[in-house]
Amino acid sequence: MQTEVDDSVKLEAAVDLKGSVFTLPVLQICSGSIDAIESELTERLSAALKFFKHAPVVIDLEKLSGQNLDFSALLKLLARQDLVSVGVRNGSAQQNALAVSAGLAVLKGGPLQNILVQESSESVEKPKAEHRTDKVVEEKKNNKGLSSATKIVTQPVRSGQQIYAKGGDLIVMAPVNPGAEIVADGNIHVYAPMKGRALAGVMGDTKARIFCQSMEAELIAVAGNFRVFEDQIPSDIRAKSVQAYLDGDHLVVAPL
Amino acid sequence: MAKVIVVTSGKGGVGKTTTSASFATGLAMKGNKTVVIDFDVGLRNLDLIMGCERRVVYDFVNVLNNESTLKQALIKDKHCDNLFVLPASQTRDKDALTEEGVERILNELKKDFDYIVCDSPAGIEKGALMALYFADEALIVTNPEVSSVRDSDRILGILAAKSKRALNGDEPIKEHLVITRYSPKRVELGEMLSIDDVKDLLGIPLIGVIPESESVLSASNSGVPVIHDIDSNSGQAYADVVDRFMGVNLPLRFLNVEKKGLLSRIFGN
Repeated sequence: MQTEVDDSVKLEAAVDLKGSVFTLPVLQICSGSIDAIESELTERLSAALKFFKHAPVVIDLEKLSGQNLDFSALLKLLARQDLVSVGVRNGSAQQNALAVSAGLAVLKGGPLQNILVQESSESVEKPKAEHRTDKVVEEKKNNKGLSSATKIVTQPVRSGQQIYAKGGDLIVMAPVNPGAEIVADGNIHVYAPMKGRALAGVMGDTKARIFCQSMEAELIAVAGNFRVFEDQIPSDIRAKSVQAYLDGDHLVVAPL
Repeated sequence: MAKVIVVTSGKGGVGKTTTSASFATGLAMKGNKTVVIDFDVGLRNLDLIMGCERRVVYDFVNVLNNESTLKQALIKDKHCDNLFVLPASQTRDKDALTEEGVERILNELKKDFDYIVCDSPAGIEKGALMALYFADEALIVTNPEVSSVRDSDRILGILAAKSKRALNGDEPIKEHLVITRYSPKRVELGEMLSIDDVKDLLGIPLIGVIPESESVLSASNSGVPVIHDIDSNSGQAYADVVDRFMGVNLPLRFLNVEKKGLLSRIFGN
């Protein structure tokens, strides 16, 4: 046994400084008018309120071309929208100085992707499991409304695979095996044994539903409300045809 | 046209190398010119199971790096004239495998051989990906237990998503299920998944069931693929797998607990 010495205190650091890379939504400011910004932002965010709740945002000043901005008013406005401002970028030296004095960081500008919300189905962030590999189905390109956003899968979804139907429903006509994950912005239908995880309405659509021909799932979620089936699935729904939907905040899984 | 067959499983210790050795031997015994490649760079085992470890001079990685010719590295099997082994390197790691290099070697082998059997390492990392990437057909080796089945499911997903055939949108890899270490007695006792359980979950055609047998271990230790042991259940089961692969329709064997006859009851086994 070692005796305790004062040195032991030094062994554990109180802080540790590390680096990491984050993908943040960028709010591009195109007008110096706080009122105009507020009304436009309210309208755009209303489509995806849940998604942006407490989201960190970077304020991009490129389009302002040096025009001055009332940063404290802007910060208050963003706070009212439940957004957390972390910094500015592409500002002039004067704008940057004002931003710093308003408590914002100055970030280096990088390439900007068009990620501002257009409609509820588009979003800045992908569902959190998106980073997984082996996505068998690629996201569909925008083809001007000629086809629906519904995605149909006819091959088995195997352990470790994830399929995401962006902006629409997902129909799976083959087994979904344990460890597989099927995700949709809209509804999910599975016309085969459903043994994996199903997440419908991942962008916050509380009206989304999940339909399974044979309910053997590990996890069912609608708009973030989930239920895990850790042990035995209750006998009234096990291997039965079921639907799952939200009743308020309560996720109901009931036989069809 | 030569066929590339990957023997894979996801999980380790389920019998990939044993299956590769016996399957390749069986193909060769049927008159097919066959080469079996050990993709388990750094943990080479196939040469042990094939009984040629003392004859390894050059290996797969040497050929990849143009440090030797393919001819120098190929080891002729001592039992079959038609069978060659391309051993893995024990001193390198999987990063030595490159897509271009593996493709070059496979293309060279395709000129001379009918079948190229790729013995995959466990896991889903580079070695396993390289072993399956160029495959035309796959033997999925699975033990009748849940984690093995889960891992096989995972590897099937990778075959369907990350193989060259999948990425090029060609006809998918033809998949065959090999259930190994099957013990009818333990299935009867409910300790092991049944064949139907495994088939239901993986949903690919079953090409054979290899019963759990002591002869597999002794065959491995003596460096003679178990398919040569024609008196053992496992050896016969592997021979059936090869026949079915060649298109012969055979019923499954060794699925039920053997009823002991009067003599064996008296005299033991």
